[in-house]
Amino acid sequence: MEQLNFEYPSAKRRVIRKAHLGVVGSGDMEVLMEPSQTAAAHVSVQTSVNGFSNSWKAVFDRFFSKYDGAVRIHINDAGATPGTVMLRLEQAIEVIEK
Amino acid sequence: MSTTVAFPPFVNRKSFIELDARSRAQSLMDPGSWRELVGPFERIESPWLPEQGIAPQSDDGCVVLKGSIAGKPAVVIALEGGFQAGSMGEVSGSKMTTALDLAARDSQNGTKTTAVLLLETGGVRLQEANLGLAAIAEVIASLLVLRQHAPIITVVAGTVGCFGGMSLVAGLSSYIIMTPEARLGLNGAEVIEQESGIEEFDSSDRALIWAITGGEQRVAMGVADELVVDDMRKIAAAVQKYIQVGLPRVHRSEQVDLYRARIAALDASKQFGPLSLRQSWNEKANQGGAR
Repeated sequence: MEQLNFEYPSAKRRVIRKAHLGVVGSGDMEVLMEPSQTAAAHVSVQTSVNGFSNSWKAVFDRFFSKYDGAVRIHINDAGATPGTVMLRLEQAIEVIEK
Repeated sequence: MSTTVAFPPFVNRKSFIELDARSRAQSLMDPGSWRELVGPFERIESPWLPEQGIAPQSDDGCVVLKGSIAGKPAVVIALEGGFQAGSMGEVSGSKMTTALDLAARDSQNGTKTTAVLLLETGGVRLQEANLGLAAIAEVIASLLVLRQHAPIITVVAGTVGCFGGMSLVAGLSSYIIMTPEARLGLNGAEVIEQESGIEEFDSSDRALIWAITGGEQRVAMGVADELVVDDMRKIAAAVQKYIQVGLPRVHRSEQVDLYRARIAALDASKQFGPLSLRQSWNEKANQGGAR
């Protein structure tokens, strides 16, 4: 079990909606996305697979290179691949930006 | 140039099984009538799973929606089969118990509130051991109070099925709706094989397993009420039908003598197959069906 945290100060645009996607099943994850309390994005990940913090960082670096919403993201992960993580994040912003 | 292609009906049906627990619950309720109680953003997770290196889920795999179905007050409680096989832990158990208690309170105060249970579960969450067992005991106690006032409708759609302690919950409910993909039984196939050997029950023999615990056999034996194909609208229609019917004259689980007599009448010296069991079981039933 590993707990990871990331911050993206450049994501400052206010958002107002919440989104919850996914199931904590094998190879999948759930993401909770909601407005951040500060003018920055905060990410916390709780994953049952240890030793992949660089991969997680790479996924979020890429995600926040395109997305500027000040969101608070929490992920419960049961071994989602980077592709699945990105898919869940994109589904979540689809709901938030609707 | 366009051609008309005739699709078979299943192409246009909306699958219920493919939905997650939350979408299943939503699909049964009147649009706009419901709200979720203790939803994922409340972050009430299992405190026991992370200590064992397992990622928890923010709703602990239990979704509670309060609203109406066909205009009548209802609470839908759905277990997420994709998370820890829908197992019941301390948190998910408390959510289900409290939802049933609130429905019982409303029913006693004059607002009859039906409970619909969407059970995809292997039973007790072994990682939470005694707390899971206690949770199921509490669910059953609350269910027995509510069913004096309003019906409890269990839907087992699949593909996890409903096993272990939660099969007792299904058995105590007023009505059970199943699909042919669903299974219902006290012990799962792998548990039977593990405990009694592969000669007793081969858990890789899917045809055998479904012929014994599958929806078709369960409905034919009268231990479940209705077989519905995997179609969102048809499952919703079946739930609405039983809400209209209301409480049964007598609950299946109250008919102890009837079932004892049926079991006593079976000749256990010969090996039954699923079809011959169905036949022998039902020919002893002088009351027609199970109810």
